[in-house]
Amino acid sequence: MSFKVIHYINQFYAGIGGEEKADYQPEIREGVVGPGMALKGAFKGEAEIVATVICGDSYFASNMDEATAKILDMMKKYQPDAFIAGPAFNAGRYGTACGAMCAAVAKEFNIPVISGMYPENPGVEMYKKSAWIIETPDNAVGMRKAVPAMAKLALKLLKGEAIGKPSEEGYIERGVRKNIFYDKLAAERCVDMFVAKLKGEPFETEYKMPVFDRVPPQPAVKDMAHATIALVTSGGICPKGNPDHIEASSASKFGEYDLTGVMNLTSETHCTAHGGYDATYADQDADRVLPVDVLRDLEREGVIGKLHNKFYATVGNGTSVANAKKFGAEIVNRLVRDGVTAVILTST
Amino acid sequence: MVKEIERKLPVVHMCTIVPISQTVGANRIVPTIAIPHPFGDPSRTPEEEKALRRKLVERGLKALQTEITEQTVFNE
Repeated sequence: MSFKVIHYINQFYAGIGGEEKADYQPEIREGVVGPGMALKGAFKGEAEIVATVICGDSYFASNMDEATAKILDMMKKYQPDAFIAGPAFNAGRYGTACGAMCAAVAKEFNIPVISGMYPENPGVEMYKKSAWIIETPDNAVGMRKAVPAMAKLALKLLKGEAIGKPSEEGYIERGVRKNIFYDKLAAERCVDMFVAKLKGEPFETEYKMPVFDRVPPQPAVKDMAHATIALVTSGGICPKGNPDHIEASSASKFGEYDLTGVMNLTSETHCTAHGGYDATYADQDADRVLPVDVLRDLEREGVIGKLHNKFYATVGNGTSVANAKKFGAEIVNRLVRDGVTAVILTST
Repeated sequence: MVKEIERKLPVVHMCTIVPISQTVGANRIVPTIAIPHPFGDPSRTPEEEKALRRKLVERGLKALQTEITEQTVFNE
C-alpha cells in the first residue's frame, strides 16, 4: 500500500492564470495537477498524490482563516498520510499560504507537512517551526532540485525514519534542539571551535543563537497639525511609463517622485510597476495604493501640517531583504534631511 | 524597508497581509482592504471609495499619534 499525499498549489501552478486569477477560491481536484507530476515521479510509487488543493494567492492571503477552514474540510474525506505544499520559492503570498496550510494540516490531521521555499520568503520565518521547509532557490528554475528533496523528506517522515540535520536533509532550520552524545567533552569541543576560529578555519556551532532583528518603536507624533507626512510604498506606484524602469519583480532600485501640485493620482498620471499583483485597479486610480488625494484633503483641512512634496516607491515582489534594507535606509536619510516628521508606508 | 525607516522616523505600515508585516517587524500596523487595492474598493462608487480611503488614512494618522512600546495592530 502506498501513502496518500495531498498536494497544495496556487492558481498559477494549476494553470488557471496569473495575477488576474489570484482571487481564485479554494478547490480540490482528484489526483495530480501541475508540479504534482514531478512529485509523483519522485515518489517512485511509494506514495501517491490522491488529491490536489488549488487556491488563489490573493484569496488565501486576504481570507486566511476562511480559506484554511474550507480547505481542511475539503481534505477530510481523503484521509491523507502527508501534506505537501508548493514549492513556493520566493513568492511571498504563496509561501505564506503554503506555511499556513502546513501548520493547520499538522494540527488537524497530525500528519507530516512539507513545503519548499527560498530562505527569504516571509513564509519561512512564520512557519519554519510548524513545517519541514526544504530550502529552494528563489525562482521556479529550482523546481528540479526542490521536488526530489521534498519527496525524499516526505517519504522518510512517512516511514518514520530518523531525520538528519538541516544541512544533511536540505530543510531550513526549525529551531529544534536535540541532545546528542559525543565522545569528546563539551569543554574540549568548545576549545576546538575556538582554535579553529582563531586560525580562520571553518567550524560549526552546536547551538546557534537566535537573531532578533527588531527596531524599537519611535515616539508618537505630538503635533499632527504641524507635521510633514511622507508617503512611501512597496506597491510600485510611479509616474506613468515607469521612467526609472523599476523592475516588476526583484527590484534593484527605488524611485523618488515629485508631488508638488499633485492633488490626485489618475490613470493619466500614474501607474504601478509591480508585477506581483493584478495591476488593473492601481492603474485605474493609483490613490488606491498611495492615498495622495485623501492626504491633500487632510492637508487643506489642517489635520496634518503638510504632505511631503516627494514620494518614494519600489516594487516589493521577490525583492531581496538586502535591497529592501538598503532602500529603506537611503529613503529615511533623505526624509530626515527634508524635515519630514513621520511616514506612511503602504504595501499591497 | 519599514524597519530601516523606523530607526529614524515614526512610520505606520499600512498593508493587507498583516502577518507578513508582523513577521518583518513593523511596529505600527494598520490593516488595509485588499492586495490589489489596499486603499480602495472598485465595487463601490468613487465617493464611497474615497470615504473608505479617508477612514483608513485617519486610522494611520491615529497610529502615528499613539505611544506604543510593542508591535501594535490598529484595527480601529
